[in-house]
Amino acid sequence: MSSAKRIIVTLAGFGALVALLAVGLTLNPREVPSPLVGKPAPAFELPLLNEPARTFSSRDMAGEVWLLNVWASWCVACRVEHPVLLELAKSGAVPLYGLNYKDRREDGLPWLQQLGDPYVLSIHDLDGRLGIDYGVYGVPETFLIDKQGVIRYKRIGPLTEDIVKQKILPLVSELNRAS
Amino acid sequence: MRVEAFLWLVVACATLAIAGGAWSREAAPAAADPVLEKRTMELAGQLRCLVCQNQTIADSNAPLAVDLKNQIREQLSQGASNTDIVDYMVARYGDFVLYRPPFRAATVLLWLGPLLLVLAGLFWLFRVLRNRKSEPDIELSEADRRRAEALLSPPEKDAR
Repeated sequence: MSSAKRIIVTLAGFGALVALLAVGLTLNPREVPSPLVGKPAPAFELPLLNEPARTFSSRDMAGEVWLLNVWASWCVACRVEHPVLLELAKSGAVPLYGLNYKDRREDGLPWLQQLGDPYVLSIHDLDGRLGIDYGVYGVPETFLIDKQGVIRYKRIGPLTEDIVKQKILPLVSELNRAS
Repeated sequence: MRVEAFLWLVVACATLAIAGGAWSREAAPAAADPVLEKRTMELAGQLRCLVCQNQTIADSNAPLAVDLKNQIREQLSQGASNTDIVDYMVARYGDFVLYRPPFRAATVLLWLGPLLLVLAGLFWLFRVLRNRKSEPDIELSEADRRRAEALLSPPEKDAR
């Protein structure tokens, strides 16, 4: 191999390595693809956050396209996400239900009072068992569930205006059109 | 006097023991059955904690890891097998929870990548060695040889 050729080969190899690492840097290691997307949403029946005597079941949502948002008063990123949820709720584009995760009633309820309540209702998962069923590991998380009760989209981390506009709303109208 | 000192020692030891007991109660609830606890920790040691991704569930004290340890303990005590529990975790968190990922089409490169790298390295080494052998030996002139000899020979001792 001539020395010029050797330099070119070395540089090409180096360039390929840099490109590989550069792509790796742009990926978020915290975003693990969920095995739950495309699978039926785990069934539940849990007490409401504001009315412990009443329960809400996933069966009540059959035939509807809806969002389930996992939140907690101790979760800082939920505060960041909150205005986006309020805006989404105001638009009425899709019903938004809350899953209050590993939170005490006396913490969760004032949080909603203070910041505004975007949810149709919130269920209360004190011991985080339903969270495990939904594979929750980084609050906030959001699930889009279709009429058949299948999870169609999952977002780990706060929703942003862009995600709502570009991902969720198009999917919602598509799923609403489907029978 | 001696008796008094001894009594103080007893009191100090008892206080430490009680305080120690109180501390240990703050840790995650361990199963009373040591066999069950050992199985729980063995399984937890094979699963990744998704909150702090470079720790196993056994090592991590994140709330989710504690919950999952409790989940494993509970399911084991109800007679679940190790595969049942691993399947339960994979169904919720994906293959990523496994510290030993399964051999699949998507993971072929992960499993065989190191082997491929070794083979590529051996191939490269083999080529370099073969090329080196085919290079002709450098001929030394008589003057060079004498110079080398002079440089390599031990210095003469200083005469005093």
